[in-house]
Amino acid sequence: MTASAKMLETGVIPREQIDEIIENYKGDPSAIIPILQDVQDQIGYVPRDGIAYLAEKLEVSPAKIYGIVTFYAQFRLQPMGKYIIMLCEGTACHVNGAKLISGAITDELKIRGGETTPDGLFTLEKVACIGCCSLSPVMVISGETYAKLTPETTRKIIKEYQNKDITAAVQN
Amino acid sequence: MQGQGKTVIKVGLSTCGIAAGGYKTYEAITTAIKDNNIDLILKKTGCIGMCYLEPIVDVIAPDGTLFSYGAVDEDKGRRIVSEHIRGGRPLQDSLINNERESVVGGQVRIALRNCGIINPESLDEYRAAGGYDAVEKALRVMTPEQVIEEVLRSGLRGRGGAGFPTGLKWRFTRLNKGEQKYIVCNADEGDPGAFMDRSIIEGDPHAVIEGMLLAGYAVGASQGYIYARAEYPLAIVRLERAIKDAHAAGLLGENILGSAFNFNLKIKKGAGAFVCGEETALIASLEGERGMPRLKPPFPAEQGLWRKPTSINNVETFANVPWIILHGADKYAAYGTEKSKGTKVFALAGKMNRGGLIEVPMGITLREVIFGVGGGVRNQKKFKGVQLGGPSGGCIPESLLDTPVDYDSLTRTGAIMGSGGMIVMDETTCMVDMARYFLDFVQKESCGKCIHCRLGTKRMLEILTRMTEGKSAPEELELLEEIAYNVKEGALCGLGQTAPNPVLTTIQYFRDEYEAHIYDHRCPAKSCTELLTYTIDAELCNGCRRCVKRCPTEAIAGEKKKTHLIDQEKCIKCGNCADACKFEAVKVN
Repeated sequence: MTASAKMLETGVIPREQIDEIIENYKGDPSAIIPILQDVQDQIGYVPRDGIAYLAEKLEVSPAKIYGIVTFYAQFRLQPMGKYIIMLCEGTACHVNGAKLISGAITDELKIRGGETTPDGLFTLEKVACIGCCSLSPVMVISGETYAKLTPETTRKIIKEYQNKDITAAVQN
Repeated sequence: MQGQGKTVIKVGLSTCGIAAGGYKTYEAITTAIKDNNIDLILKKTGCIGMCYLEPIVDVIAPDGTLFSYGAVDEDKGRRIVSEHIRGGRPLQDSLINNERESVVGGQVRIALRNCGIINPESLDEYRAAGGYDAVEKALRVMTPEQVIEEVLRSGLRGRGGAGFPTGLKWRFTRLNKGEQKYIVCNADEGDPGAFMDRSIIEGDPHAVIEGMLLAGYAVGASQGYIYARAEYPLAIVRLERAIKDAHAAGLLGENILGSAFNFNLKIKKGAGAFVCGEETALIASLEGERGMPRLKPPFPAEQGLWRKPTSINNVETFANVPWIILHGADKYAAYGTEKSKGTKVFALAGKMNRGGLIEVPMGITLREVIFGVGGGVRNQKKFKGVQLGGPSGGCIPESLLDTPVDYDSLTRTGAIMGSGGMIVMDETTCMVDMARYFLDFVQKESCGKCIHCRLGTKRMLEILTRMTEGKSAPEELELLEEIAYNVKEGALCGLGQTAPNPVLTTIQYFRDEYEAHIYDHRCPAKSCTELLTYTIDAELCNGCRRCVKRCPTEAIAGEKKKTHLIDQEKCIKCGNCADACKFEAVKVN
């Protein structure tokens, strides 16, 4: 079971795991950003209880850590969906119709930027620029890049992920 | 270093190549080589810059002849092995040699010298291409002062956008007293629509490391940091690998190449804040704080990271340095104009025929870049403007296309050189919407420290949003300009001070579009959806139901062979119906 799933089930933050991360940075309070990045990598998000625990361990105020978490776009206070759709809203994607792609996703999944579907399958994240502008508009789902999107292909791709998940559930 | 008598196949595997399916092609070629039992060398390479033709596969025959293939999918990859390599018949239809010559041939590639040519994961290949020779030269025969002097004489200016002379920055950092000094590489490439730094790191990570080593030697720093954008995972992986290899080869660490010079390098991942591209904010972030800028002076060269003298330079700047040290300042300064020496890398994107990455000498005109190297506007549309410098830059109209690309000429137009993003817009791009887009971006990224930026950008965004919705009052255009000038004057850091540029330049050059939105509630580019209505021309509609099927909201009613009708209440103005109609019966007003 992943750390994230275990935490969701028990509601207890994996303290030993967080201790280990802090140990990797020798408890250096200035390493707070990489520590939070590691916590998020392993748990999937930064749980509120985790902030309190980190503050205690690093001897800084929880407000300071919360301030950092909310300042940087990368950190999330809620668990994410199984598939994270990173929709590029860079300039090139914008002039090539990212708005229509965003509309198609919202229409298909009924979620907006930053939201997760009730079944926990998809989270939609809007990002500034992924850096493959000549293939715009683009989105990345779980590390796979989809280029030169149209509203139709976008819907098709999302349906493929939905079907993939159903197939996986049946096989299990 | 080629294949020593063997054929070499290179697959472009940068983010753009991978996004276009490069790994699948690589796999297919690997399998085909095994199946055909052929002895050749297959390797990865970075991006040659022709992103619009990715995945690109190069075949280099034992005699050195290059066969360049574009848009190679799995099937084509297999055919290259079976027909070209095995059968000796190159796939004529897919060869892009001529196009490559016309795009790459006209460039001067200094920062990009190895991108798309060497394997970025191989230190040996970098060294074979003359890599680390500059460090060797500097450590053996040059004093740190001489390195600074050489960079100063080359005329190299900061390629991150501000254009401060690099040699001067290094000299200040060197002259400031302190036991510990730092070199920081700003790889927090945040301008949406710019990917020069990503491509350089992915295609030639050692060039950046070597540039930092030279900077460290020049200013007397023993520690460097690379602040890299977290959104660039591949760039980070390749840098990590390069740092590890450089360490193992004695090119990083203690007593580099047997000298007394020590230099260590660490990567720090950004956490998604555009403002961290500003150097004082970047320092705050490196120190583990919220990335908020502070007032300058003191400049980082005096009090930077941990209050120690620090030189912060951009990725592209560092990539230029080894070439300058190796080939000499004069050779570099021979390119460019009087005040803007050398070359500049640009990321071409938007409505461009050949989107990608190019490096050209300074002083070339915008027209030559866009219509020459860039191949002009896509789909025979009419050119409208080009946005330079991302959200800090401005939009340049067609009448100014003969402006030379140098720091000072571009600044005079109201735009800036910026980091090198060049987004081309055609007649279907709405300039008011573009201004709104950039303000929306800047507003979200404003750190909130100073009032001008925090509130000024918000108020400007609100006005622009009302304009794109046809809800603004006539006096708001003047108000918008007034706020823009105030934010420019009053904001604390570069982010706020330059945020009004897209607004001011679009008002200056495309005022008629603003007026159409304000007075006529009309969007001339037919882009602002709130101002559009889709209707079906009964004369032209033959009732084929094509649009009915494509409508995502079931807003179109109509039986087969009868005129269709759009329900305006349900219509979300997605434009699918206009795309679907083969008889141009869907009218947009």
